[in-house]
Order: sequence, then C-alpha cells, then structure tokens
Amino acid sequence: MTHWIVLPVVLPAVMAAFMIMVIRHHLDLQRIFSIIATAALVIIAGGLLNHAATGDVLVYELGDWPAPFGIVLVLDRLSAMMVMLTSVLALAVLVYAVGTGWDSRGRHFHALFQFQLMGILGAFLTGDAFNLFVFFEVLLIASYGLMIHGGGSTRLRAGIQYVVYNLLGSTLFLFALGTLYAVTGTLNMADMAERVAALPLEDTALIRVGAALLLVVFAVKAAVLPFHFWLPASYANAPGPVAALFAIMTKVGAYSILRMFTLVFGPDQAASAGLQSWLLPAALVTLAIGMVGILGSRQLSRLTAFAVIASMGTLLVAISLFTPESSAAALYYIAHSTFATALMFLIADMVIARRGDEIAVHRPMPQGGWIAALFFVGAIALVGMPPLSGFLGKLLVLDAVRGAPSTVAIWTVILATSLIGIVGFARSGSILFWKCHDPGIVTPPADEDELPDPIELARAERAMRAPSPMAFSAAFALLGLIVVLTVLSGPMMAYATATVDQLYAPTDYIDAVLRRTAP
Amino acid sequence: MSLFLIAALPFLGAMLPAILIRAGRNASASATGSVTLLALIGLLVHVPDVLAGRPVSARIDWLPSLGLNANFYLDGLGLLFASLILGIGLLIIIYARFYLSRQDPMGQFYAYLLLFQGAMVGIVLSDNILLLLVFWELTSLSSFLLIGYWRHLPEGRQGARMALAVTAGGGLAMIGGMLILGNIAGSYDLSVILTQKAAIQDSPLYLTALILILLGCFTKSAQFPFHFWLPHAMAAPTPVSAYLHSATMVKAGLFLMARMWPVLAGTDAWFYIVASTGLVTMVLGAVIALFKDDLKALLAFSTVSHLGLITMLLGIGTPLAAVVAVFHIINHATFKAALFMTAGIIDHSVHTRDIRSLGGLRRLMPVTFVLATLAALSMAGVPPLNGFLSKEMMLEEVAHTHWITSPWLLMAVVTFGALFSAAYSFRYIAHVFLGPVRRDYPIKPHDPNFGMWVSPAILVVLVVAIGLFPMAIAGDLVAVAAGAVTGQALPPYELKLWHGVSPALFMSIIALGGGVILLALYAPVNRLWLAARRPEAKAIYDAGIAAIERFSRWLTDLLHDGALSRYGAIFTVSILALAVWAWTTGVVGPQTRPALEPGPIAYVGWVALVASALSVAVFHHNRLLMLVLIGVSGLMVAMTFNYLSAPDLALTQISVEVVTIILMLLALNFMPQESPRESSFGRRARDITISVGSGLGMGGLIYAIMTRGFAQPSISEYHLANAKTGGGGTNVVNVILVDFRGFDTFGEIIVLGIAAIVIYAITESILGSSVRARLLNRVPNRPLAGDAHPMIMVVITRVMMPLALIVAAYIFFRGHNDPGGGFIAGLIAAIAIIMQYMASGFGWAAERQRLPYHAIIGSGVLIAALTGVGAWFNQMPFLTSAFGYVHLSGLEPFELATAALFDLGVFLAVVGAVLLALESLSRYAWQPNTVSEYPMDINPAREVGETRGKEA
Repeated sequence: MTHWIVLPVVLPAVMAAFMIMVIRHHLDLQRIFSIIATAALVIIAGGLLNHAATGDVLVYELGDWPAPFGIVLVLDRLSAMMVMLTSVLALAVLVYAVGTGWDSRGRHFHALFQFQLMGILGAFLTGDAFNLFVFFEVLLIASYGLMIHGGGSTRLRAGIQYVVYNLLGSTLFLFALGTLYAVTGTLNMADMAERVAALPLEDTALIRVGAALLLVVFAVKAAVLPFHFWLPASYANAPGPVAALFAIMTKVGAYSILRMFTLVFGPDQAASAGLQSWLLPAALVTLAIGMVGILGSRQLSRLTAFAVIASMGTLLVAISLFTPESSAAALYYIAHSTFATALMFLIADMVIARRGDEIAVHRPMPQGGWIAALFFVGAIALVGMPPLSGFLGKLLVLDAVRGAPSTVAIWTVILATSLIGIVGFARSGSILFWKCHDPGIVTPPADEDELPDPIELARAERAMRAPSPMAFSAAFALLGLIVVLTVLSGPMMAYATATVDQLYAPTDYIDAVLRRTAP
Repeated sequence: MSLFLIAALPFLGAMLPAILIRAGRNASASATGSVTLLALIGLLVHVPDVLAGRPVSARIDWLPSLGLNANFYLDGLGLLFASLILGIGLLIIIYARFYLSRQDPMGQFYAYLLLFQGAMVGIVLSDNILLLLVFWELTSLSSFLLIGYWRHLPEGRQGARMALAVTAGGGLAMIGGMLILGNIAGSYDLSVILTQKAAIQDSPLYLTALILILLGCFTKSAQFPFHFWLPHAMAAPTPVSAYLHSATMVKAGLFLMARMWPVLAGTDAWFYIVASTGLVTMVLGAVIALFKDDLKALLAFSTVSHLGLITMLLGIGTPLAAVVAVFHIINHATFKAALFMTAGIIDHSVHTRDIRSLGGLRRLMPVTFVLATLAALSMAGVPPLNGFLSKEMMLEEVAHTHWITSPWLLMAVVTFGALFSAAYSFRYIAHVFLGPVRRDYPIKPHDPNFGMWVSPAILVVLVVAIGLFPMAIAGDLVAVAAGAVTGQALPPYELKLWHGVSPALFMSIIALGGGVILLALYAPVNRLWLAARRPEAKAIYDAGIAAIERFSRWLTDLLHDGALSRYGAIFTVSILALAVWAWTTGVVGPQTRPALEPGPIAYVGWVALVASALSVAVFHHNRLLMLVLIGVSGLMVAMTFNYLSAPDLALTQISVEVVTIILMLLALNFMPQESPRESSFGRRARDITISVGSGLGMGGLIYAIMTRGFAQPSISEYHLANAKTGGGGTNVVNVILVDFRGFDTFGEIIVLGIAAIVIYAITESILGSSVRARLLNRVPNRPLAGDAHPMIMVVITRVMMPLALIVAAYIFFRGHNDPGGGFIAGLIAAIAIIMQYMASGFGWAAERQRLPYHAIIGSGVLIAALTGVGAWFNQMPFLTSAFGYVHLSGLEPFELATAALFDLGVFLAVVGAVLLALESLSRYAWQPNTVSEYPMDINPAREVGETRGKEA
C-alpha cells in the first residue's frame, strides 16, 4: 500500500512511454495496454478511496525529502474521490474511443491519453503548489494533443485558441506562484497554509495579489466567466471521446479552487479575506451564459460545450460560498457533472457521426431510437430534471445556499436558467430526433461547401452500418454511473460531508504533511 | 402490497411492453394491463385500513442529509387519486390497444404510459415534498414523450415542447416554494409539514412560498394564464388526452393544492389567489370551449373550465367546499375520460373531429351516441347524473361565499360560466349526433368494436350509478378523501340528488335553460365571436419563445465570436483589475531589501532589452526581423541571469533560445514574409493601452517582490544545506532539479516529450490531408539559394559534431557539482545533430541517424521513471536517490549517483523531443527530387535541364 499513491502518476507515465517506444506502430496492442492500464487505475483508485474513506491523510514524500523541502503527494478524501472519478470516466471514454475507432484517426491517441491521465491524477494528488503547476502543464499539453487528434482545419484552428488561452493561464500561474513564493518562501501547500496564517496583517498586499492571480488561474481551468472563452470552440471541435474526457478537466480547476481556498487561503485566513467574493456573481453569470448558450447553439457539439459551462456555473456557485454545506453539495455536483457532460459528449458524437453537427432537419439516423433515449436521459441529467443526479445536485445546491445573503439571486438564477436549458434541449431534441420523421418537411440537399470531406463521410457510413456495441456500452455505462449516483446519493453525500469536514479542518492535513511521524 | 412496490411497479414494468411488442400487440397490451392491475390490486388491499382512518406508510432513507427520503403515505386523498390513476389507467390501456393503428409503435406508447402512471402514483403517495417534486417533474417529462408520440406531426412536437416548458417551468418555481416550505416547517416530510399550520402561515416567507407552489399547481392544472398549453397537448393520441390531460395529470395541481390545504388554505391570500384564478379559468374555459369546432379542443377547454371550478372550490377554503372539490374530481374524471374516448371513437370511425363536418351520427353510431350523451349530460349538470350532484353542491357553496364584499358577484359569474358549460355540453350532443344524417362524411361512420367502447361504457355506468346512489358508491371515498384534505372532522353533509329548493337549484335551472337557449342561438353568437379580436395564446407564447431564442443566439454568438485577440484582451483586463483590487484591499508592507547599485553593464543590458522588446512591437509585421529581435531579448535575459549569478539558468536559457529560434525559423519557411495589417487604429490604441497597463502591472508586481525579502524563511536554505550531504552534489540547482524536486523535472520532461509527439501527430494528420498537395506545389516566395548545402558549412559542422557532443557530455557529467546537467546537455547534443541536418540536408542526415526519435523520448521517460521506481526495492519512496563514492586504483574517487541515471533520462527525453520536432517540421518542406544522397550538393531544382542531362 505504501507506494499506491504514486501509482496513478507513474503507471500512466510508464505506460505512455512504453507505447511510444515499443508499440507505436501497433494500434491493437496500444488498445489492449491502454485499456488494461486504465482498468488498473480504477482498481488502484478503489484501493486509495478505500484507504481515504477511513479519514486517514496519507502523505508520500517523493525522493524521501521531508516536507516542505521536497515534493509530497497527499491523499485525503477529496483527492481520492477525484482520482476515482477520473479513472472511471477514463475507462468508459477509452472504451468508447476504441469502439468507435476514434483512436485510429490520428497518431499516438493512447499515449496522449495516458499522459493526460497522468497529468490529471497528479494534479489531484499533489500537495505542492509548484508541482500542481507541472501537472497543469502535463495535462494541458496532452489535452492539446488529444484535442486536435484527427486533424482538420477547424479543429486545428480551435486548438490554437485552446492552447494559447491556456498558456496565458499557465503564465499567470507562474506569476502567482512566484509571488506566493516570494512572500512565504515555500511551495508546499500545507506549509504555505501555516505561513499565510502567520503573516503579519500589516503586510498583506503581495500575498493577496498572489492569491487573486492563483484564483484566476483556476477560474480559467474551471471556465468561469469571463475566463471561459477558450471552452466553447475547443470542446465543440474536440473529438467526441476527448471532449468527454475533458469533462474532468474543468473539474481540475474546481478542485484546485476548493483545495487551495480551503487549505491555504481558507475562509478564516485574514490575509486573503474577501478575495473569493467575485466568484459568486461570476458563477451566476457563467450559469446563465451556459444555459443561454444551450438555447442559442446551432450545433450539437457547441450546445454540449455550453452545457459544460452551465454545469460549471452551478458547481462554482456551490463552491464560491465556502460553507461546509455548499461544498458538500459541490462535491456531489462534481461527480454528477463529470458523468453527465461526458455522457452528453458521447451522445453528441454518435449523432454527429450519423447526421452531422448542425441542429437541423436531416434524414432519420440509424439506431436513432437508442440514441434518442440516451439523449433524452442525458438532457434530463444535464438540465437537472428529476429523477437523476442533476436534480439531486441542484436541490443540494439550492438547499445549501439557504441563508446566504444572496439566496434569492442564486435561486432565481438557478431555477430560471434551468427553464432556458429545458427549452433549449427540448428544441434541439425535437429537431434532431422527431422532426426527421415528418414527411412534410423536405430536407434540403446539402450545400456543396458544407459537405464533410469524403473520409468523414465514409466513416459515417461505416458507423451507420455497424453500430459498435463497445461504443454503446460505454455510453450506457456512463448512464449507469449517473443512476448509481442518484440511487446511492445518501452514501455519496455521507462521503461528501466527511470530505468537507476534512477540508474545513485543515489541521489534520497540515499535521499529516508537516509533522509526519516516521512510519 | 408495500407502497414502494405500488409506486415502483409501473416503472419496473415499463420495459415489458417495449420488449413484448415483438410478441404482438396483444402481448404488449396485456403485459401493460397486468402491471397496472397488479398495482391496483396492491392498492385496493389497503382500502379497509384507509377507510378505517389508518393511513398506511412506508419509509426508506434516500438522501437524508438533504431531507429527501423515499417516504410514502397512503391516506384517503392518496387512495382516491391512486385508484383514479390506476383504475382509469386500466381502462385506457384497453382502449388504446384498439385505438392505435398498426403503424404506431405500441410498445413505446405503453412504456411511456407506464412511466407516466408510475410518476403519477408517486406524486399522490409521496410523504416527502422533495420526493413529490421528483415525481412531479417526471409527469411533465412523460407527458412530453406522450404528446410528442406522433413525432411526425408538427402539432405534436410543438405541443409537447410547449407543455414541457410551461409545466416544467412551474415545477421549477415549485422547487423554490417547497424548499422554503420545508425550511419553515423544519422538515420536508408532509406528515410533519401538515402539522405546522401556525408556523407556516405566520412566517414572513409564507406568501413567497405560496405563490411559488401555486405557480407549480396552476401550470400543471392549466389555470389561467397558463391554460394555453392544454389544448395544444391534444395533439397527443386520444388515450393520452383522456388519461393525462383530463383525468389525472392535470389534476396533479389540484391534488397538491388539496394536499397542502390544511397548511396553506384559510388565509386571504390563498382565497383571493386561488379562488379568483379558478373562477377566471372556469369562465374563460367554458366560453372558449363553446366555440371550438374540434371535438378534442372543445373537451380540452371544458377540462380547463372544470379544473378552474375545482380550483375555485379549493380556494374558497371551507371544509364543505373541499368536500365538493373532492367529489367533483371523481365525477369529472369519470365523465370527461369517457367523453374523450368517445371523441376518439368518432375520430377513428369518421376520420374527422371537426364538429362542422359531423352531425346525425345518432343512428349510425348508436352505442357511441348513448355513451357520449350520458357523459355530456353529466358534464352539463343534468340530473340524475353525477355531474349534477357536484355542480349543485358547488353552486350551493358559491352562494354562501362573498367575493371581496359582494355576496352576488361570485354567484353571478359562476352561473354565467355554468351556462356556457351547459351550452357546450349540449353542443357536443346536438351538433355531433343529432340532426340529419349527412352524405359527406370522410368515411362511412360505424360503431367501433367492443374493445373500444367497453372502457367509456364502464365509466358511463359509473356516471349514472354515482348519480343515482352517491352515498353508496362514492360516499366513503369522498368522506375519507375530504377528511384527508381538510385534516379535520367534516361538517355534516350529504351527497344526494334533491337538496330541496335552494339558491343552487335556481342557478342550476338558469344555467341549463340558458345553455339550451344559447345553443339555439349558436350560429349568430358564433359569428359575433369569430368577428371579435381575441388574443391568441399560442401566438403570444410562440413569439415569446422565438424572441428568447433569438436573443440567446444573438448573445451567444456575440460573446463567443472566436476572436482570440478579444478573448485575450478581456482576460488581461480582468486580471489586471482583480490584481489591482487585491493589492489595494491589502496592507502594503515596507520594503525590506535594499536595492543593488546597477553597474554600467547592467544599464547597457537593460537598454538592449527594452529596445529589442519595443522593436518587436514596432516591427512585428516583418516576421524574420521579429525573430531576430526576440533572439536579442532572449540573449539579454540569459545575460541577466548570468549577471545575477545564475549560471545554470543562463546556460539553459541560451540553449533553449537557440533551439527555439531554429525551430521557429523552420516554421517561418511556410509563412508569408510579412504579417498583414489587420487592426484598425482604435483597435491598436485599445491593445496598446491594455498591454501597457498590464506590463506596468506586471513590472510593478515584480518590483514589489524584488524590493522585499521573504516574509518567512525560505525552504531554499534547506536545499543549500543539504545538497551535498543529502543529494551528493554541490550544484544546488541541479540537485533541486534531479533530486529535491526531481518529480517536477519528471513531469517537465514528459511535457517536452508530449509536445514533440503532438507536433509529430499534427504533422502526420496535416500531411495526410489535402494540405499535402498544396505543400508539394508550393512556390517559394523567394528564390532558393542555389547552394543548398554549402561546403564550408558542411565541413565545419562535421568537425564540430564530435566536439559539441563532448561538450554535451562534459556539461552532463559536471552537472551535479557545477553548472550544467542533463537538460542543458540534451539541448547541446540536439544542436550538434541539428547542425548536421541544416548543413548536409535532411535526407542525408536522417539516413545516418538510425535511432527513432520516438524511442529516444520513450526511453528517456522510462529511464527516469524506472530510476524512480528503483527506490521501491530499497523500501524508499519514488525517486529517492542513492549515491556512493567509488574508489578505483589509479583514479580519484568518483561519485556514482542514481540521480545521474535520472539525469540521463532527462537528457534523452530532451534530445528526442527536439529532434522529433525538427524532423516533423522539416517534413513539410519535403519535395520530390530535392533530397540528395550526397552530402555536398547543388540544388537540383536550379538547373533542371543540366541535371536531367546528367541522368540521361
């Protein structure tokens, strides 16, 4: 068990390096190794979750250098949960990518996928602020590779926006870390927490700037307005399974906010007091823009991208209050939003492969019934209609913000935007899955310019002839996870509440890292 | 049967019809029927208990931290509704089996129907208002599916979306109301809430909660002004209209008002909101219904009207009114469902529902005629049918109710509504069945088969039976249900035909007589009606939705127009604002570090740096020049590092600079020499302002940092102290890189490796697309140098190669103790190889370089990782280094450290990454006949004729 905690980083890294070095010309071998490695990650995550559930904070000192001088990995309930979410999601998405043949449409899909996992998992596990930056870099560059997987000029163009915007974020991360280090002289998060608490109140300007910049960095990742601009085009143009995997990437931002702004710049820290206050209005606007985008999108992939923004908005509303209740709701919502948005991206991919991206009338698609059912359920989850986890998550958030000064505003925005989302999804669902059966509507012959290139067409034809059982089972697996999340919401919330207890009593974490008794 | 099972059965059974449809429509229908019947039997088992006043309950914790639990509760009200839902459901299932045609996917229909049934049963059995919300919205969703069942019909699709938007919207409002209510009561359990009347009505939030909850009820029960969705929901198949949109779902709102009656009713707010809304809805629905020519539209508005009636009764707020409401719920469900089914039969048999094309069906469809007439008469309130009983009681209640202060107003308005109600009921009989037989029916009308009329027949039997023997058949149910609604002992009342001469009797007579007269005058009145200008609800709704849609589209496209420069501007400005705000809200501490006195060299460097940066901004249209200027900046940065005693950084910076510039030069090959001028003056002014502002901000921040020492002792002191003793090296920077923070380095070499394979992957995909043809046919915008591979350069690079590699090795090995290390060494080695490529041509060099770059990257990462893993065998954490000194005779003792192995991994990853990137870029330039196997050649493209001659 001692080294388990580092496995989520080392295993994908080694696996990816192995794939590049030895089996880069053998797609089927890559598939086998990739799936096995990801399945192993699920098992490892299970072990870690099992350990973390006891409430013990596990600390792993890399290179055997004592904290705060070396880098530590820290496993608490929050990180264990995030690792679990990532691994499970990754497995489903990977199966889908293999099932639809997406992985064969460019080079190095599996290596990049594993590197991506390494970056995400590392970000969740690290207890060191600079190391977090490193993992942000890993996941950014790998995600860029995955995003433009398969090529095509629109995708490459969207990829540029994605990578440039996020590099701006990375640069800012460096500025923020530089500032924080310049004041506190440390990079270890637990150590930084203690030092920030001990800062004299006559000298807070610098640390506040550092913390404010850091919050923006995470807000960029979490796609909070006005730092969300990178998301719509890049998610909409990313390959379907990749976009589905990216469902967890925005959560990295949410996680980091939750982590840093409870541990280091917690609500009780005098030095950084009030810095998070812009987050709530921003989150509300994010939610509104996301839902409006759902109604205002002309393409299914773009609609789904806005659904991501909307769900991040709801999530950030819950996070931004920094109360134990709201954070517990946020944790539940993280899990829900991850699976629901991923599911919707897979569904969108299935639809796009069969009939193109435009939300317009088209001839009926093969397997339309199954896909329509998936879409219906996925949309229910995303807009937060009962009975799925989206509704429970929304109720939890609504319930948790009760008593906050801005309750009325939050409730109004959440409920009103839900309606916009419902109208938007009903509209597109009706056009996509119903209107095509109307004999009265003649589908216009496609414009020559808008025809997808022949390779895409051939692929679509293939997809239509032979539905991939693997692809469908991956989508249904995600749906199953949403159902599990709904039915087992009681135990889930119990875990979330315990997690939040840990978050808001950071002394355990700090002691575990800094005052580690030799094992 | 457990309440869980009753609620769950329809959900569990919903898959059955969808699967069994493969075994035939009868199998599908009977499976559905069996599920419903089973649930109904399970429900009826509890009847004795409930009638005896012992409610049944079942509880399971679902989400206790929220207070959302699967608590079910069966009392009189629940029993009434649940039996309506399941009983009528059963009849509908039979009816639908014969109603749907062979083209309709019946399995889907029954599956949706069961989903709806489960949701509906869930609503009426819930003992937890959050659970109730779950089922509430589920009915909206299943109703959406059922209305849109004929997906090929535009009315179906639009009706479905409209119904969903309205009812789900109301449901959302209700979420808010329920949360407030639960908050006031301290529990989300109905059984608790219902005991908290005083607390709830005294709460300052009572009105908010009331309005929000009523919004849910009114939208669901189609109360004015939300009534418009119901007529459009009639696009659904008739069994759906009969079931959802008359008998059950639309009564969910009534159910909830009845359920909440004990705690919400009894206030002025309740009375004026609920009773007035009900009144308006009742009259409006009745008036519109009279003028509808579509049978189902007529029934739809009549349903709206009756729902209004019941709402008004609940709004009146007296226990007796509640009794009447409950009674009328039963009666309306029976006659209206029967009427819808007869409308369906007519549609089915005559192929039209337009009253104007009907008439005279009495002789052609005698069975239907009898059923429809009895039901319609009940709807009109004609004795001795059940509709008469409840209407009579309603009028009696109204006669005792003052609206504001007027005792007459309510009576008059209600009588007016009842008059129209009688008129449209008579019209349903007179204009459809009476009159002469026509010759122009679309097909020859005939009575349907037994399967289709048995369901309405059973309901009509009930209509008559309840009318004749109200106490015997419905008395107990009404009593127990009304008792549950009011939560108190009921005042004495009797369900009977003759109440003696009372105001109600006169009102009833006026209504019926007036109805007959109105119908007699139908033609002129109808002309008047058609001539009047009426707001069309659907048009208003559609316009509203279209406007919202347009706005959404406009806003979304406006915000996300894809202009990266604007995104960047917003990003920068926001950050600057946030940073300034953070700074100004903090307390600025004193400067604790004295400034260094800069020497003249520093000034020169500073000026060069500033000048080059400014020049880049000025000359950025010339790409080559820009690159050179960036090189100057990079060099100055490196010099600065050196000046400030950071030789490692300086070395790294220089080598990175060289490699980047080379790679960018290669890329420049494929770009125009100059970048276009795209920005307007205003745009440039904006951008200059933003960049100057953010530059000053950044500079200010760095200045603030540099003029202050650490507020607390830095961890680097530990690194200084332990580099030699713990890490085995005297170059602290290198020890940090490969040991203290080797994990970071591990991540960073992976970043580098990923970057390289991403470049490779992009190249592959671009060269696999149509771009390849463009590249092959590319005409360079400047003449190529004739001498592709100049001899002097080739010779020098050949000589340099071993030297450079030795330097790399030297840098590598000294790294642990002196400036250097794997990263820098890797870059130098890469430069050594790149020089060969540049001098001797790609083809020539690639042929002599046999290790695949991918493998080099992979091996680098693997070596680094395995070095780290090696520590595990030493029972140490990942990346724990070990070092020792080896004494060999004749040599100085030298050090062996695992850190060096790790550094080797770094070295390899860097070399591989740089070369892979270079190789990928150079592949774009590949053109046939340009690769020569000779190291020093003349570009064959220049003298085509000559080369060809040689070949010949």
